[in-house]
Amino acid sequence: MAASERVTVALRTQEDVVLLRHRVREQAVGLKFSLLEQTKIVTAASELGRNVLTYGGAGEAIIEACMKNGRYGLTLTFIDHGPGIPNVEDAMRPGFSTGGGLGLGLAGTRRLVDEFELRSEVGKGTIVRIVRWK
Amino acid sequence: MDRVPIIKIGKYLLAAIQADVQDNVAVALQEDLAARIIAAGSRLVLLDISGLQIVDSFIGRMIGDTAGIVKLLDAEVIVVGMQPAVAITLVELGLTLSGVRTALNVESALAMAGIRDRN
Repeated sequence: MAASERVTVALRTQEDVVLLRHRVREQAVGLKFSLLEQTKIVTAASELGRNVLTYGGAGEAIIEACMKNGRYGLTLTFIDHGPGIPNVEDAMRPGFSTGGGLGLGLAGTRRLVDEFELRSEVGKGTIVRIVRWK
Repeated sequence: MDRVPIIKIGKYLLAAIQADVQDNVAVALQEDLAARIIAAGSRLVLLDISGLQIVDSFIGRMIGDTAGIVKLLDAEVIVVGMQPAVAITLVELGLTLSGVRTALNVESALAMAGIRDRN
């Protein structure tokens, strides 16, 4: 049963982000996501996985198939125990970046998914949860 | 794969990024291309990304930066073979690569370059 799938990917190195992309792709293919849907969720995973390394140092990603109102979806949860984000509103604004990137990260990623939830506590870490429905 | 191979075709350089590369491999390509442009005196680089299933903001920025570096060396990059799903996702992500020339395949990139060289 697809809905019980749950895969955890530890994120410590760039190689882990490559592995994460493969795992997310596999799950998305398994749920019969279209090529465009696969591309969007894998790209979103790549952005958030890289954020974990860049801002959190290390962490993990949990990939889960889910179901709501008869629709299948893919939930990805990114957890790090880094410094956290002092101002989440600022971080979500297009163009905002502290990591030397383009500042597209969070705002751009949000556009690629159906649900986006970010919780962060300074000194404790950050959790980002995204869902893409099929 | 540790390095993206760069092939010389006549006056042109062709670099094909295959499959899923790590960030540092993409960054190494910038240095390799810069060195090869000088060594070979090439005026055109075809950057084939048809093997890339996704382009995220990091790789997207790398492509834009590579085009900028190559331009400073009096050459030009044509990005070849972007997958349609990648193009749609990239724009939604907020990255349009507006300063970068593109071609659908190597053949039309070479035709584009041939026209440029005659003028």
